[in-house]
Amino acid sequence: MRIRNLFAVVMMAGIYSLLSAGLFTIMDAVDVAFTEAAVGAGISTVLFLGALALVGHHERKPGHTPLLPLIVVLVTGGALVYGTMDMPPYGDPGNPVHHHVADHYLEESPHEIGIPNIVTAVLASYRGYDTMGETTVVFTAAVAVMLLLARRPRRPEEEEDEA
Amino acid sequence: MTLLSHYNYWVVILLMMVGFYTMISRGNLIKKMVGLNVFQTSVFMLYISMGKIRGGTAPILMDAHGESSETAHVLYSNPLPHVLILTAIVVGIATTAVGLALIVRIKETYGSIEEDEINQIEAEGAA
Repeated sequence: MRIRNLFAVVMMAGIYSLLSAGLFTIMDAVDVAFTEAAVGAGISTVLFLGALALVGHHERKPGHTPLLPLIVVLVTGGALVYGTMDMPPYGDPGNPVHHHVADHYLEESPHEIGIPNIVTAVLASYRGYDTMGETTVVFTAAVAVMLLLARRPRRPEEEEDEA
Repeated sequence: MTLLSHYNYWVVILLMMVGFYTMISRGNLIKKMVGLNVFQTSVFMLYISMGKIRGGTAPILMDAHGESSETAHVLYSNPLPHVLILTAIVVGIATTAVGLALIVRIKETYGSIEEDEINQIEAEGAA
């Protein structure tokens, strides 16, 4: 956070993303881990670097003291930690999250779908509409980016007047 | 239930607050986006850590033909959070892309990506 060079910031973010991918592997989420490594550490870093090439990579020193944000963050964090007291413990097989539809997916998907990777079976079949909606989101984002960046030579005379 | 059994939530909250603090305390828009990414990843970790079962393994069936006699006594982690987070990662990169495109436009229009400088230019323009 104190680094002023934004290239270094983006590179640190990429390393952080790769580390979190390793953490996902430890927590048995291999599919999520390689998506995070490819998308989070790969594509997102490339996007940030592309943006930096266009906007320059130096941050000016901030003028105001960040005391109010610090208080806000500490209060929010404290409230959240208090909230975790009611959460189920980590790694317990009896947690409620494991006993609604997850059992059904684990038992029935080999018969109903017939592929061994359950995450793929759920993603592409049980929640296929969800994945289609995700594709729509990506399409919308691509259209938005193109619209934003394609309007570059807009009204040059007004910009000269202001300058 | 011991106090330390909730440490996964505390790690998540720590990361979340680092991202939150970066977002609200820094004026630089690129840094705000990095903070948003850290915040996002912390939410991913929250979901994935809830899906983990101690002693479990990745939810890929051991027997490729899906015979339940083979798979019944293997403990798998919960596949459902993994699926949700796969979707969330892709949506997250989409929002990052749109945000960065907006930043590039802001830089072209105002010549700056610092929040207070932009506010200053706006105030001068209005006066």
